[in-house]
Amino acid sequence: MSDLWSLFLISVFVDNMPLTLFLGLCTFLALSKRPEAAIGLGVAMIGVMGVTVPLNHLIYRGLLAPGAWGWAGMPGVDLSYLALIAFIGVIAASVQVLEMLLDRFAPAIHAAFGVFLPLLTVQCAILAGSLFMVERSYTLAQSAVFGLGSGTGFAIAVAMLAAIRGRLAYADLPAGLRGLGMAFVLTGLMSLGFAAFAQMAATQ
Amino acid sequence: MVRSPAWSTLTAPLVHQNPVMLQILGICSALAVTTTLATALTMSVALTVVLTLAAGVISLIRRHIPETIRLIVQIVIIASLVIVIDQVLQAWFAELSRALSVYVGLITTNCLVLGRTEAFARHNPPPRAMIDALGNGLGYSLVLCVIGALREFFGKGALLGQTVLPLASEGGWFTPLSLMLLAPSAFFLLGLMVWAVRSLLPEQAEAPQHAPPPRAEVER
Repeated sequence: MSDLWSLFLISVFVDNMPLTLFLGLCTFLALSKRPEAAIGLGVAMIGVMGVTVPLNHLIYRGLLAPGAWGWAGMPGVDLSYLALIAFIGVIAASVQVLEMLLDRFAPAIHAAFGVFLPLLTVQCAILAGSLFMVERSYTLAQSAVFGLGSGTGFAIAVAMLAAIRGRLAYADLPAGLRGLGMAFVLTGLMSLGFAAFAQMAATQ
Repeated sequence: MVRSPAWSTLTAPLVHQNPVMLQILGICSALAVTTTLATALTMSVALTVVLTLAAGVISLIRRHIPETIRLIVQIVIIASLVIVIDQVLQAWFAELSRALSVYVGLITTNCLVLGRTEAFARHNPPPRAMIDALGNGLGYSLVLCVIGALREFFGKGALLGQTVLPLASEGGWFTPLSLMLLAPSAFFLLGLMVWAVRSLLPEQAEAPQHAPPPRAEVER
Protein backbone atom coordinates (compact mmCIF):
# COMPACT_ATOMS: atom_id res chain seq x y z
CA MET A 1 0.00 0.00 0.00
CA SER A 2 2.67 2.49 1.02
CA ASP A 3 4.64 1.58 -2.10
CA LEU A 4 1.69 2.50 -4.28
CA TRP A 5 1.18 5.74 -2.37
CA SER A 6 4.79 6.76 -2.83
CA LEU A 7 4.59 5.82 -6.53
CA PHE A 8 1.58 8.11 -6.77
CA LEU A 9 3.42 10.99 -5.09
CA ILE A 10 6.47 10.45 -7.29
CA SER A 11 4.44 10.45 -10.48
CA VAL A 12 2.57 13.60 -9.39
CA PHE A 13 5.48 15.72 -8.19
CA VAL A 14 8.91 14.27 -8.97
CA ASP A 15 8.28 12.88 -12.46
CA ASN A 16 5.84 15.63 -13.34
CA MET A 17 4.92 15.11 -17.00
CA PRO A 18 5.14 18.64 -18.43
CA LEU A 19 7.59 20.22 -16.02
CA THR A 20 10.35 17.65 -15.66
CA LEU A 21 9.80 15.23 -18.56
CA PHE A 22 8.70 17.81 -21.17
CA LEU A 23 5.68 15.76 -22.16
CA GLY A 24 2.38 17.10 -23.43
CA LEU A 25 3.77 20.60 -23.74
CA CYS A 26 1.84 21.52 -26.87
CA THR A 27 -1.55 21.31 -25.20
CA PHE A 28 0.03 22.47 -21.92
CA LEU A 29 1.00 25.80 -23.48
CA ALA A 30 -1.85 26.16 -25.93
CA LEU A 31 -4.69 25.59 -23.45
CA SER A 32 -3.31 27.40 -20.39
CA LYS A 33 -4.52 30.85 -21.36
CA ARG A 34 -7.74 30.60 -19.34
CA PRO A 35 -8.10 28.74 -16.02
CA GLU A 36 -11.47 27.15 -16.95
CA ALA A 37 -10.06 25.50 -20.07
CA ALA A 38 -6.98 24.42 -18.12
CA ILE A 39 -9.01 22.72 -15.39
CA GLY A 40 -11.17 20.98 -18.00
CA LEU A 41 -8.05 19.71 -19.73
CA GLY A 42 -6.63 18.54 -16.40
CA VAL A 43 -9.74 16.54 -15.52
CA ALA A 44 -9.83 14.96 -18.98
CA MET A 45 -6.16 14.03 -18.62
CA ILE A 46 -6.74 12.30 -15.28
CA GLY A 47 -9.63 10.33 -16.76
CA VAL A 48 -7.90 9.29 -19.97
CA MET A 49 -4.57 8.40 -18.38
CA GLY A 50 -6.21 6.53 -15.53
CA VAL A 51 -8.01 4.34 -18.09
CA THR A 52 -5.46 3.90 -20.86
CA VAL A 53 -2.33 3.00 -18.88
CA PRO A 54 -3.81 -0.05 -17.09
CA LEU A 55 -5.67 -1.04 -20.29
CA ASN A 56 -2.46 -0.91 -22.30
CA HIS A 57 -0.75 -2.87 -19.55
CA LEU A 58 -3.28 -5.69 -19.96
CA ILE A 59 -2.89 -5.66 -23.74
CA TYR A 60 0.89 -5.58 -23.60
CA ARG A 61 1.20 -8.39 -21.05
CA GLY A 62 -1.55 -10.48 -22.63
CA LEU A 63 -0.75 -10.17 -26.31
CA LEU A 64 2.46 -8.36 -27.15
CA ALA A 65 5.20 -9.03 -24.58
CA PRO A 66 7.92 -11.58 -25.40
CA GLY A 67 6.53 -15.03 -24.53
CA ALA A 68 2.95 -13.82 -24.09
CA TRP A 69 1.76 -16.47 -26.54
CA GLY A 70 3.38 -19.28 -24.53
CA TRP A 71 -0.05 -20.69 -23.55
CA ALA A 72 -0.84 -21.21 -27.25
CA GLY A 73 2.32 -23.20 -27.82
CA MET A 74 4.23 -20.29 -29.38
CA PRO A 75 6.65 -19.15 -26.65
CA GLY A 76 9.06 -17.70 -29.22
CA VAL A 77 6.65 -15.08 -30.52
CA ASP A 78 7.67 -11.52 -29.66
CA LEU A 79 5.25 -8.88 -30.86
CA SER A 80 6.56 -6.05 -28.70
CA TYR A 81 7.49 -4.00 -31.76
CA LEU A 82 3.75 -3.61 -32.40
CA ALA A 83 3.30 -1.90 -29.02
CA LEU A 84 3.29 1.61 -30.46
CA ILE A 85 0.43 0.99 -32.88
CA ALA A 86 -1.57 -0.95 -30.29
CA PHE A 87 -1.17 1.80 -27.68
CA ILE A 88 -2.15 4.56 -30.07
CA GLY A 89 -5.18 2.54 -31.14
CA VAL A 90 -6.27 2.01 -27.53
CA ILE A 91 -5.79 5.69 -26.73
CA ALA A 92 -7.71 6.87 -29.78
CA ALA A 93 -10.52 4.44 -29.02
CA SER A 94 -10.71 5.41 -25.33
CA VAL A 95 -10.84 9.09 -26.18
CA GLN A 96 -13.60 8.37 -28.70
CA VAL A 97 -15.58 6.29 -26.17
CA LEU A 98 -15.11 8.92 -23.48
CA GLU A 99 -16.38 11.57 -25.87
CA MET A 100 -19.44 9.51 -26.85
CA LEU A 101 -20.27 8.70 -23.22
CA LEU A 102 -19.98 12.33 -22.19
CA ASP A 103 -22.06 13.43 -25.17
CA ARG A 104 -24.78 10.95 -24.27
CA PHE A 105 -24.91 11.24 -20.48
CA ALA A 106 -23.40 14.60 -19.60
CA PRO A 107 -23.89 17.02 -22.49
CA ALA A 108 -22.95 20.02 -20.33
CA ILE A 109 -19.51 18.61 -19.51
CA HIS A 110 -19.11 17.52 -23.12
CA ALA A 111 -19.81 21.04 -24.34
CA ALA A 112 -17.18 22.37 -21.93
CA PHE A 113 -14.56 19.82 -23.06
CA GLY A 114 -15.69 19.63 -26.67
CA VAL A 115 -12.83 21.31 -28.45
CA PHE A 116 -9.89 19.58 -26.89
CA LEU A 117 -11.11 16.05 -26.18
CA PRO A 118 -10.14 14.76 -29.67
CA LEU A 119 -6.80 16.53 -29.26
CA LEU A 120 -5.95 14.18 -26.40
CA THR A 121 -5.41 11.40 -28.96
CA VAL A 122 -2.14 13.00 -29.97
CA GLN A 123 -1.13 14.06 -26.46
CA CYS A 124 2.42 12.86 -25.96
CA ALA A 125 2.01 12.59 -22.18
CA ILE A 126 -0.69 9.93 -22.57
CA LEU A 127 1.31 7.77 -24.96
CA ALA A 128 4.42 8.30 -22.86
CA GLY A 129 2.56 7.02 -19.81
CA SER A 130 2.03 3.70 -21.60
CA LEU A 131 5.61 3.59 -22.92
CA PHE A 132 7.08 4.27 -19.47
CA MET A 133 4.81 1.55 -18.06
CA VAL A 134 6.50 -0.93 -20.43
CA GLU A 135 10.00 0.43 -19.89
CA ARG A 136 9.74 0.28 -16.08
CA SER A 137 7.73 -3.01 -16.14
CA TYR A 138 4.98 -1.94 -13.73
CA THR A 139 2.38 -4.39 -12.45
CA LEU A 140 -1.31 -3.78 -13.13
CA ALA A 141 -1.94 -1.99 -9.83
CA GLN A 142 1.21 0.08 -10.24
CA SER A 143 0.29 1.11 -13.76
CA ALA A 144 -3.19 2.20 -12.68
CA VAL A 145 -1.68 4.29 -9.88
CA PHE A 146 0.99 5.64 -12.21
CA GLY A 147 -1.62 6.66 -14.81
CA LEU A 148 -3.78 8.44 -12.25
CA GLY A 149 -0.75 10.11 -10.67
CA SER A 150 0.66 11.39 -13.94
CA GLY A 151 -2.73 12.74 -14.95
CA THR A 152 -3.06 14.50 -11.59
CA GLY A 153 0.42 15.97 -11.90
CA PHE A 154 -0.43 17.32 -15.34
CA ALA A 155 -3.71 18.77 -14.05
CA ILE A 156 -1.98 20.54 -11.14
CA ALA A 157 0.74 21.99 -13.37
CA VAL A 158 -1.59 23.23 -16.09
CA ALA A 159 -3.99 24.81 -13.57
CA MET A 160 -1.08 26.61 -11.86
CA LEU A 161 0.34 27.90 -15.14
CA ALA A 162 -3.09 29.11 -16.27
CA ALA A 163 -3.55 31.00 -13.00
CA ILE A 164 -0.17 32.73 -13.33
CA ARG A 165 -0.77 33.60 -16.98
CA GLY A 166 -4.17 35.00 -16.06
CA ARG A 167 -2.51 37.42 -13.62
CA LEU A 168 0.17 38.35 -16.15
CA ALA A 169 -2.44 39.29 -18.77
CA TYR A 170 -2.37 42.81 -17.33
CA ALA A 171 1.42 43.07 -17.11
CA ASP A 172 3.33 45.34 -19.46
CA LEU A 173 5.75 42.87 -21.03
CA PRO A 174 8.21 43.59 -23.84
CA ALA A 175 6.45 42.95 -27.14
CA GLY A 176 8.62 40.00 -28.13
CA LEU A 177 8.13 38.21 -24.83
CA ARG A 178 4.34 38.45 -24.83
CA GLY A 179 2.44 35.17 -24.99
CA LEU A 180 4.60 32.18 -25.88
CA GLY A 181 7.95 33.61 -24.77
CA MET A 182 6.67 34.47 -21.31
CA ALA A 183 4.89 31.13 -21.04
CA PHE A 184 8.22 29.37 -21.56
CA VAL A 185 9.98 31.45 -18.91
CA LEU A 186 7.12 30.84 -16.46
CA THR A 187 7.24 27.10 -17.17
CA GLY A 188 10.97 27.19 -16.54
CA LEU A 189 10.46 28.88 -13.17
CA MET A 190 7.76 26.37 -12.19
CA SER A 191 10.07 23.60 -13.32
CA LEU A 192 12.79 24.96 -10.99
CA GLY A 193 10.27 24.81 -8.17
CA PHE A 194 9.36 21.23 -8.98
CA ALA A 195 13.06 20.33 -9.07
CA ALA A 196 12.95 20.79 -5.29
CA PHE A 197 10.62 17.78 -5.08
CA ALA A 198 13.27 15.67 -6.79
CA GLN A 199 15.72 16.63 -4.04
CA MET A 200 13.11 15.67 -1.45
CA ALA A 201 12.75 12.22 -2.97
CA ALA A 202 16.52 11.82 -3.24
CA THR A 203 17.19 12.63 0.41
CA GLN A 204 14.35 10.48 1.72
CA MET B 1 15.60 37.28 -57.71
CA VAL B 2 12.24 35.68 -58.36
CA ARG B 3 11.69 32.87 -55.92
CA SER B 4 9.84 29.81 -57.11
CA PRO B 5 6.92 28.67 -54.95
CA ALA B 6 8.74 25.44 -54.13
CA TRP B 7 11.72 27.38 -52.77
CA SER B 8 9.55 29.57 -50.56
CA THR B 9 7.59 26.52 -49.37
CA LEU B 10 10.91 25.05 -48.31
CA THR B 11 12.42 28.12 -46.65
CA ALA B 12 9.40 29.77 -45.05
CA PRO B 13 9.30 27.34 -42.10
CA LEU B 14 12.98 27.90 -41.28
CA VAL B 15 12.55 31.24 -39.52
CA HIS B 16 9.41 33.08 -40.60
CA GLN B 17 6.98 30.23 -39.94
CA ASN B 18 9.16 28.18 -37.63
CA PRO B 19 7.14 25.20 -36.38
CA VAL B 20 8.54 25.24 -32.85
CA MET B 21 8.74 28.95 -32.16
CA LEU B 22 5.64 30.22 -33.96
CA GLN B 23 3.22 27.37 -34.51
CA ILE B 24 3.76 25.78 -31.03
CA LEU B 25 4.18 22.35 -32.62
CA GLY B 26 6.53 19.60 -31.52
CA ILE B 27 7.83 21.27 -28.39
CA CYS B 28 7.88 18.20 -26.17
CA SER B 29 10.64 16.38 -27.95
CA ALA B 30 12.40 19.64 -28.81
CA LEU B 31 13.20 20.16 -25.15
CA ALA B 32 13.59 16.65 -23.85
CA VAL B 33 16.39 15.47 -26.13
CA THR B 34 18.55 18.58 -26.24
CA THR B 35 20.95 17.92 -23.37
CA THR B 36 23.66 17.09 -25.92
CA LEU B 37 24.11 18.00 -29.56
CA ALA B 38 24.38 14.35 -30.64
CA THR B 39 20.92 13.36 -29.36
CA ALA B 40 19.45 16.58 -30.77
CA LEU B 41 20.91 15.76 -34.20
CA THR B 42 19.64 12.18 -34.10
CA MET B 43 16.18 13.32 -33.12
CA SER B 44 16.19 15.97 -35.87
CA VAL B 45 17.12 13.46 -38.55
CA ALA B 46 14.58 10.91 -37.31
CA LEU B 47 11.80 13.45 -37.19
CA THR B 48 12.60 14.98 -40.57
CA VAL B 49 12.63 11.55 -42.23
CA VAL B 50 9.34 10.50 -40.63
CA LEU B 51 7.70 13.82 -41.43
CA THR B 52 8.75 13.84 -45.08
CA LEU B 53 7.79 10.22 -45.73
CA ALA B 54 4.48 10.56 -43.88
CA ALA B 55 3.59 13.68 -45.83
CA GLY B 56 4.40 11.92 -49.10
CA VAL B 57 2.39 8.79 -48.28
CA ILE B 58 -0.63 10.65 -46.93
CA SER B 59 -0.59 13.04 -49.83
CA LEU B 60 -0.54 10.09 -52.28
CA ILE B 61 -3.67 8.53 -50.83
CA ARG B 62 -5.35 11.80 -49.86
CA ARG B 63 -8.29 11.26 -52.22
CA HIS B 64 -9.01 7.80 -50.82
CA ILE B 65 -9.05 8.55 -47.08
CA PRO B 66 -12.62 8.95 -45.80
CA GLU B 67 -13.03 12.23 -43.95
CA THR B 68 -14.38 10.64 -40.77
CA ILE B 69 -11.52 8.27 -40.03
CA ARG B 70 -8.66 10.34 -41.42
CA LEU B 71 -7.03 10.92 -38.03
CA ILE B 72 -6.75 7.20 -37.33
CA VAL B 73 -5.41 6.50 -40.83
CA GLN B 74 -2.81 9.24 -40.50
CA ILE B 75 -1.71 8.08 -37.07
CA VAL B 76 -1.36 4.47 -38.19
CA ILE B 77 0.81 5.54 -41.14
CA ILE B 78 2.97 7.72 -38.90
CA ALA B 79 3.25 5.02 -36.23
CA SER B 80 4.41 2.46 -38.81
CA LEU B 81 7.14 4.81 -40.04
CA VAL B 82 8.21 5.53 -36.46
CA ILE B 83 8.48 1.82 -35.70
CA VAL B 84 10.79 1.42 -38.70
CA ILE B 85 12.99 4.31 -37.57
CA ASP B 86 13.03 2.99 -34.01
CA GLN B 87 14.16 -0.46 -35.16
CA VAL B 88 16.86 1.07 -37.37
CA LEU B 89 18.19 3.14 -34.47
CA GLN B 90 18.17 0.15 -32.13
CA ALA B 91 20.03 -1.93 -34.69
CA TRP B 92 22.78 0.48 -35.72
CA PHE B 93 22.88 3.23 -33.07
CA ALA B 94 22.09 1.32 -29.89
CA GLU B 95 23.74 3.86 -27.58
CA LEU B 96 21.89 6.88 -29.03
CA SER B 97 18.68 4.87 -29.01
CA ARG B 98 19.05 4.31 -25.26
CA ALA B 99 19.79 8.01 -24.70
CA LEU B 100 16.61 8.97 -26.56
CA SER B 101 14.57 6.53 -24.42
CA VAL B 102 10.86 6.73 -25.23
CA TYR B 103 11.16 9.97 -27.18
CA VAL B 104 11.65 8.23 -30.54
CA GLY B 105 8.35 6.44 -30.06
CA LEU B 106 6.83 9.75 -29.16
CA ILE B 107 7.45 11.08 -32.66
CA THR B 108 4.13 9.32 -33.33
CA THR B 109 2.30 11.85 -31.22
CA ASN B 110 4.53 14.76 -32.12
CA CYS B 111 1.99 17.41 -32.99
CA LEU B 112 4.34 18.67 -35.69
CA VAL B 113 3.92 15.54 -37.82
CA LEU B 114 0.16 15.31 -37.46
CA GLY B 115 -0.19 19.09 -37.72
CA ARG B 116 1.61 19.27 -41.06
CA THR B 117 -0.11 16.23 -42.58
CA GLU B 118 -3.47 17.52 -41.40
CA ALA B 119 -2.94 21.12 -42.47
CA PHE B 120 -0.87 20.74 -45.64
CA ALA B 121 -0.32 17.23 -47.02
CA ARG B 122 -4.06 16.50 -47.06
CA HIS B 123 -4.70 19.21 -49.64
CA ASN B 124 -1.57 19.17 -51.79
CA PRO B 125 0.11 16.86 -54.32
CA PRO B 126 3.02 14.70 -53.05
CA PRO B 127 5.99 16.78 -54.29
CA ARG B 128 4.74 19.99 -52.67
CA ALA B 129 3.70 18.18 -49.51
CA MET B 130 7.12 16.59 -49.16
CA ILE B 131 8.90 19.91 -49.75
CA ASP B 132 6.75 21.54 -47.08
CA ALA B 133 7.43 18.65 -44.71
CA LEU B 134 11.17 18.85 -45.37
CA GLY B 135 11.14 22.59 -44.68
CA ASN B 136 9.29 22.13 -41.42
CA GLY B 137 11.60 19.30 -40.43
CA LEU B 138 14.61 21.53 -41.08
CA GLY B 139 13.07 24.40 -39.12
CA TYR B 140 12.53 22.05 -36.20
CA SER B 141 16.08 20.71 -36.55
CA LEU B 142 17.47 24.24 -36.51
CA VAL B 143 15.88 25.04 -33.15
CA LEU B 144 16.87 21.68 -31.71
CA CYS B 145 20.49 21.96 -32.77
CA VAL B 146 20.86 25.52 -31.46
CA ILE B 147 19.44 24.58 -28.06
CA GLY B 148 21.34 21.29 -27.98
CA ALA B 149 24.62 23.01 -28.83
CA LEU B 150 24.10 25.74 -26.21
CA ARG B 151 23.17 23.28 -23.47
CA GLU B 152 26.07 20.94 -24.20
CA PHE B 153 28.55 23.82 -24.57
CA PHE B 154 27.69 25.53 -21.29
CA GLY B 155 26.63 22.42 -19.38
CA LYS B 156 29.63 20.24 -20.20
CA GLY B 157 32.07 22.55 -21.96
CA ALA B 158 31.94 20.23 -24.96
CA LEU B 159 30.45 19.90 -28.41
CA LEU B 160 29.49 16.50 -29.84
CA GLY B 161 31.40 14.89 -26.97
CA GLN B 162 34.66 16.74 -27.79
CA THR B 163 35.87 18.95 -24.93
CA VAL B 164 36.05 22.55 -26.13
CA LEU B 165 36.56 24.42 -22.88
CA PRO B 166 39.06 22.79 -20.46
CA LEU B 167 37.13 21.74 -17.36
CA ALA B 168 38.13 22.95 -13.89
CA SER B 169 37.95 19.39 -12.57
CA GLU B 170 40.65 18.39 -15.08
CA GLY B 171 43.02 21.29 -14.52
CA GLY B 172 41.35 23.80 -16.87
CA TRP B 173 39.43 26.94 -15.99
CA PHE B 174 35.82 26.24 -17.01
CA THR B 175 33.31 25.28 -14.33
CA PRO B 176 30.35 23.63 -16.06
CA LEU B 177 26.92 25.11 -15.37
CA SER B 178 25.09 21.98 -14.36
CA LEU B 179 21.79 23.88 -14.39
CA MET B 180 22.08 23.81 -18.19
CA LEU B 181 21.60 20.04 -18.13
CA LEU B 182 18.43 20.23 -16.04
CA ALA B 183 14.89 20.73 -17.30
CA PRO B 184 14.36 24.44 -16.42
CA SER B 185 17.21 25.76 -18.54
CA ALA B 186 15.65 24.25 -21.67
CA PHE B 187 12.51 26.26 -21.03
CA PHE B 188 14.51 29.43 -20.37
CA LEU B 189 16.63 29.00 -23.50
CA LEU B 190 13.62 28.40 -25.72
CA GLY B 191 11.80 31.35 -24.14
CA LEU B 192 14.80 33.61 -24.71
CA MET B 193 15.12 32.33 -28.27
CA VAL B 194 11.46 33.14 -28.96
CA TRP B 195 12.07 36.60 -27.48
CA ALA B 196 15.15 37.18 -29.64
CA VAL B 197 13.45 36.09 -32.86
CA ARG B 198 10.35 38.13 -32.14
CA SER B 199 12.44 41.21 -31.39
CA LEU B 200 14.12 40.87 -34.78
CA LEU B 201 10.84 40.11 -36.57
CA PRO B 202 8.26 42.26 -34.76
CA GLU B 203 5.40 41.00 -36.92
CA GLN B 204 5.58 37.69 -35.03
CA ALA B 205 4.86 39.26 -31.64
CA GLU B 206 1.45 38.48 -30.15
CA ALA B 207 -1.06 41.25 -29.63
CA PRO B 208 -1.54 42.25 -25.99
CA GLN B 209 -4.66 40.82 -24.37
CA HIS B 210 -5.43 43.97 -22.42
CA ALA B 211 -4.14 47.29 -23.71
CA PRO B 212 -3.62 50.06 -21.13
CA PRO B 213 -5.79 53.15 -21.65
CA PRO B 214 -4.32 55.83 -23.90
CA ARG B 215 -2.13 58.36 -22.14
CA ALA B 216 -4.49 61.33 -22.61
CA GLU B 217 -7.31 59.65 -20.68
CA VAL B 218 -5.25 59.39 -17.51
CA GLU B 219 -6.15 62.68 -15.81
CA ARG B 220 -4.30 63.65 -12.71
